[in-house]
Amino acid sequence: MTSVLQVEGLSASYRKNKVLDHATFTVKPGTLTAIVGPNGAGKSTLLKTILELHPALEGSVSFFGASYAKVKSRVGYVPQRGSVDWDFPTDALDVVLMGLYGRIGWLRRPGKKHRQQALQALREMGMEEYASRQISQLSGGQQQRVFLARALVMDADLYLLDEPLAGVDAATEKAIMATLNLLKSRGKTVLVVHHDLQTVEDYFDHVLLLNRTVVAHGPTAETFTESLVHRAYGGTLRWKGVTSG
Amino acid sequence: MMIAGLSHNAQWVLLGTLILGTAAGIVGCFAYWKRQSLMSDALSHASLPGVIIGFALVGSKNLPVMLAGAAAGALLGALLIHWIRSSSRIKEDAAMGIVLSVFFGFGIMLLTMVNRMAGAAQSGLDSFIFGQAASMVQRDVWLMSGLALLVLIVAVVAFKEWKLFLFDAAFAKGLGLSGRFMNALYLFCLVLVIVVGIQAVGVILMAALLITPAVSARYWTDSFGRMVILSAVFGGVSGASGTVLSAYGNGWPTGPFIVLSAAALFIVSLAFGTRKGVVVQAVQQRRLRKELTKPKTERRTAEGGNAV
Repeated sequence: MTSVLQVEGLSASYRKNKVLDHATFTVKPGTLTAIVGPNGAGKSTLLKTILELHPALEGSVSFFGASYAKVKSRVGYVPQRGSVDWDFPTDALDVVLMGLYGRIGWLRRPGKKHRQQALQALREMGMEEYASRQISQLSGGQQQRVFLARALVMDADLYLLDEPLAGVDAATEKAIMATLNLLKSRGKTVLVVHHDLQTVEDYFDHVLLLNRTVVAHGPTAETFTESLVHRAYGGTLRWKGVTSG
Repeated sequence: MMIAGLSHNAQWVLLGTLILGTAAGIVGCFAYWKRQSLMSDALSHASLPGVIIGFALVGSKNLPVMLAGAAAGALLGALLIHWIRSSSRIKEDAAMGIVLSVFFGFGIMLLTMVNRMAGAAQSGLDSFIFGQAASMVQRDVWLMSGLALLVLIVAVVAFKEWKLFLFDAAFAKGLGLSGRFMNALYLFCLVLVIVVGIQAVGVILMAALLITPAVSARYWTDSFGRMVILSAVFGGVSGASGTVLSAYGNGWPTGPFIVLSAAALFIVSLAFGTRKGVVVQAVQQRRLRKELTKPKTERRTAEGGNAV
């Protein structure tokens, strides 16, 4: 089976601290994977390094058997909500339209067709009525849905989401999970940084346990076991700074 | 209009400061959303030694050479700020403070030395500190306007890209819009506006023409496009009216009047801006409070058994 995402020996650091150490894993198409690990385990760094937003010290990443530069349009990234300034003067529809900029082409203006597509994406996230609402006036959950709509409209094959369920209300959590499952049913591959251990088994079919390096990775039933989770979480508690993977 | 009272040369100067203000308003908007308003202050101060060195090299007032020197100074300042920030634990604001004061101090030192040279006293070098639009001649205005127009074109043509880059640079990169390229383009525009503006506004006050129009515009709109347009208008109006005002005095510096015009627009915006103005917000809040209490009373009557 061909892989959607192949990561080999990926390491990254912030200043002197190595936050990611030889992470190696392969993501199969059509899977919905949770990246789980304690605080500071390098979950966000892993996504950012994969997407070349953070420099890699070593290792390689390939998407659909090619380099990221060649398949950028097939990869949709949903950053943490806090990564942008929501006071920026624009409305929800405009943010979603940004997902189409690559397809519209540089230096060209979006047309009616693009606006329809963006509106459709908002509709899928249950946000149609907020299309012309200032983004600063949206609740945290609504902002997250706008971000997801922006990724949806890209019509990518692989989605990488950084904590999309952090600090959102129950309705948003439901809407987002419904969308991710819909993407999966369409044959897309979804990778989600997730923080809530309680919901992992209900929401995801694959789990990647991360603590600076990959502790375990596979189908949820086999991977999300007490002993493995304990290894990912408990290890750092007992032997500070020393990974047990 | 009052413009009728101006000399032929002054009318040219007026056109120049109008275009300059417009370009500064637009680039100022970009700086505002890059959270780098102070950067423009550091870079304009950093351009002073470049101007003086340019003068000293040629030995006479040759504007293109002096402006090239200014650009070199500002770029060197930007590189130093970037280098200090990325290679040490010093934060960006401290790095900007260091670069601003050191470059400006160096510039003043050079200026003092050069002013002692023969013929330099009449060169009008002092006007680069506080700005002297009246000292410009038609050729200067052409050069300034050309450069400012270039900035205008870059901003308008790539408007969509600017918006994406300023709102979410990481996402922009994912779409293939290189952050390095956009940062370079931004720095190019910023330095160009500073270089174009220092003769008219002066290195000390140039930043005000970049920052104030953008801040004022923020009070009137919730659309990025309209904010940029408004900021351009505010900048243009400030530049023009400051020039007109200073032209009525004998040897009055232009920079302070331009900045005061921009400040006056800011105060009006702060109070009466339709989106975030203090007065407007107070009225909106009162109306909102009224609306919030209304449905409650309706509900109460409904529960009381009365149809609403």
